[in-house]
Amino acid sequence: MENTELLKSGEFLVREVDPADVFIPEEYDEEQIMIAQTCKDFLEAEVYPKLEDLDKGDRELMKELLKKSGDLGLMGISVSEEYGGFGQSFVTQMLAAETIGAAYSFSVAFMAHCGIGTLPIMYYGNEDQRQRYVTKQATGELLGAYCLTEPGAGSDANSGKTNAVPSEDGSHYILNGQKMWITNGGFADTQTVFAKIENDRVLSAFIVDTDSEGVVVGPDEHKMGIKGSSTTQIYYNDVKVPAENLLGQRGQGFRIALSILHMGRIKLGANVLGASKKAITDSVRYANERKQFGTQIANFGAIKHKLAEMVIRTFAAESSIYRVSKDIDCLIEKYVAEGCDKGKASIDAIAHYAVEAAILKVYGSEMLDYVVDEAVQVHGGMGYSSEMDIERGYRDSRINRIFEGTNEINRILVVDTAMKRAKKGEYGLFEEAEKLAGNIAGIDVYKGGDDDFFTEKSGYIKNMKRTALLLLNAASTAYGRKLVHEQEILNNISDIIMEIYVAESTALRVKKIESLKGDAGIFRDILDVYVYNAVQDVRRSALDAVYSLDADNKDELVKAVSDLSEAAGVNVKACRRRIADKLIEDNEYKF
Amino acid sequence: MKILVCISNVPDTTTKIKFTGDNELDTTGIQWVINPWDELSLTRALELKDSNPGLIESVTVAHAGPASSEPTIRKALAIGADSAIRVNAEPLDAFFVAAQLEKVITEENFDIVLCGIESSDFNGSTVGGMLAEFLGYPSVSAVSGINIENEDIVIKREIDGGSELVSVPVPFVAIVQKGIAIEPRIAAMRGIMMARKKPIKVVEPADVNALTEVSSYEMPPEKEACKFIDPDNPEELIDILQNKEKLI
Ligand SMILES: Cc1cc2nc3c(=O)[nH]c(=O)nc-3n(C[C@H](O)[C@H](O)[C@H](O)COP(=O)(O)OP(=O)(O)OC[C@H]3O[C@@H](n4cnc5c(N)ncnc54)[C@H](O)[C@@H]3O)c2cc1C
Repeated sequence: MENTELLKSGEFLVREVDPADVFIPEEYDEEQIMIAQTCKDFLEAEVYPKLEDLDKGDRELMKELLKKSGDLGLMGISVSEEYGGFGQSFVTQMLAAETIGAAYSFSVAFMAHCGIGTLPIMYYGNEDQRQRYVTKQATGELLGAYCLTEPGAGSDANSGKTNAVPSEDGSHYILNGQKMWITNGGFADTQTVFAKIENDRVLSAFIVDTDSEGVVVGPDEHKMGIKGSSTTQIYYNDVKVPAENLLGQRGQGFRIALSILHMGRIKLGANVLGASKKAITDSVRYANERKQFGTQIANFGAIKHKLAEMVIRTFAAESSIYRVSKDIDCLIEKYVAEGCDKGKASIDAIAHYAVEAAILKVYGSEMLDYVVDEAVQVHGGMGYSSEMDIERGYRDSRINRIFEGTNEINRILVVDTAMKRAKKGEYGLFEEAEKLAGNIAGIDVYKGGDDDFFTEKSGYIKNMKRTALLLLNAASTAYGRKLVHEQEILNNISDIIMEIYVAESTALRVKKIESLKGDAGIFRDILDVYVYNAVQDVRRSALDAVYSLDADNKDELVKAVSDLSEAAGVNVKACRRRIADKLIEDNEYKF
Repeated sequence: MKILVCISNVPDTTTKIKFTGDNELDTTGIQWVINPWDELSLTRALELKDSNPGLIESVTVAHAGPASSEPTIRKALAIGADSAIRVNAEPLDAFFVAAQLEKVITEENFDIVLCGIESSDFNGSTVGGMLAEFLGYPSVSAVSGINIENEDIVIKREIDGGSELVSVPVPFVAIVQKGIAIEPRIAAMRGIMMARKKPIKVVEPADVNALTEVSSYEMPPEKEACKFIDPDNPEELIDILQNKEKLI
């Protein structure tokens, strides 16, 4: 794709996209399908039979399973060939992450190793560091952890106290401090540790070997879920870290930490997708078996409603995730063509899509929490029993809203990053917003009517975009730089932006399916209900924001926002029933 | 020694089989896989090659089917087969398929030929026996183990109430059942990457006709709904068994 065609992060708010330019999961190639199948075969053969033992906190078993996945090459999917990996595209990395996402604690341990454990060195390491560490991490010979959080530094990650002092001869650093909540802490061989050098105000990053003298690993935390994943504190008592293990430049740590978090977030979006599909399959299988009042519970409308809504949200998340993944691939290609090193190109491209990464993290984790909650409900009392996978799925889901940046932090990031990018002049967000705000009474509201299906859906999505722009303008005008202190309003705007991205991605996908297959069939139902829901949700968020704003033209804004959130009715019951019936017939998630 | 594993391309075993109005298999949404017995045979063949590197020179897979079955063949290559042969023809019936495989084998001289005991789609269980007959090779059926001991082939087969060990000279055909390998081998990333580069030789079919033709398919009758009887009312049960079903 040409530079001009590539959508910038957040630019979807002001630019229309042609379905032909987005990637959809229906376009996976044979090799991608085979890789996903390998991940699935591995889970079925090795991980699923041992879920209970893993949940007892058996570190050795987890390590053994991780090594086995390494033997199959799964740990090398994101690593370049020069360093012993398989240099797969970002879309393929995400597909693998999705598939492994169905594996509860194993998924957390695997992703922590392959993502935040390995990629800081892969992306920011020098040749020597990559050869010493990444080549072994790609096979699972060394297992990795990422150590940013401290007792006093959680969301405010830059406030950590862990400190490094260079030795007099400059040969090493002396590291002191404490990290907390470290995934894979119990068995990782290699850690990426963030610390401040001397009195620096910003972080630096170090590669620390766990077997160095002075590294003390605490016991595993007792947790609500992902019990099989080892989470520990780690203490550093005068640990000598060789100077050559400084990762990147002195003071570059925060940037490394943030870029890796963008990557972690987006991959979390893929992970939750796999978990969600598994929960849906478990639910429909149960609903097809369980009889009450003389019939399978799958035949009840209330259950169909749940099953369909689970499918709709999962499908929508999936549409968004692979759309941005392909955009990332295109940007990587562009950077590489401009002469950039592949590792740097990858992390820069991922970090570029920071708005979408935050959206997918928040949307995906909340989607999964919704799905597992309803899945428990479909199982009735059995959903509360530890005998069923869904009980584990329910507990394991909850962490996703907390790590990789809490959803509160990520909601703020969505708006903040889009505004920063626009201020840098990447796209005309403020200009478009001003134009609308300058003529509120004359806003071109899409009114629906006799248009064809897809024109109508994109009309409503355009209305949502106009709503978001109006609010951005109104909030910026009302609060200026103090907008950061109005988190409730930022959250409203953020929710609207998320709905826009997900609804638009779903619409683009369904339209593309229709152009590829002739008739999008059931996918039209999914889009119909999705957009119907999104319009209502956006209306609510927008009105919440407007009523709360300190603005002179409140009445005018209320009217505009109300007009922009009018949409034709949809027979959602019929749509949901058709979606549920397909799921019930297939007896597994197959959309 | 060269091993040939015959593979069949079948719907995934969890597929819900449906037919179109004209009694044709409805292929929409079907995921095609290597026939489970063939996948286990391939796994065992690769294990034999791994543990007898000097002796087993190569493992090839052969399949009679149209180009649309190539993803299944590439899967076999990804699992570890060295090369593949595809006979470019619809697999019409067991006789036709066996005749095609005979042609492939006589042209390329394989020493060990492994066939699954049946394929999970039509469950004919006849290709292996026919093939051995066409080739004039010894055949061993119900094979649940193959080992190489001092360059001799020792085959384990299941018999009523136990098993027997058979030694057999090459070339031969083994008709393989479950037990031949514990679990099918999973395609590793390296294998998947290498599969792209491995050859699939496409050959034109031998000129034979099928001997049988499917005239129609019938689904098994729907299970009737289960009738629940109130435990406090055993008379109803007796009445049904005696008067309605006339069973007692
Ligand atoms: C199981 C598990 C595994 C983890 N794995 C790792 C790991 O491998 N490596 C690692 O470095 N860390 C890891 N973490 C740490 C995780 O990233 C942090 O827990 C997370 O960033 C939140 O920090 P905190 O727990 O200190 O919460 P706090 O920052 O104290 O947050 C408490 C609440 O306040 C809210 N809040 C905080 N700041 C703001 C703000 N500015 N505006 C609005 N709301 C705010 C939060 O959203 C949250 O709701 C893990 C945590 C868990 C539980």
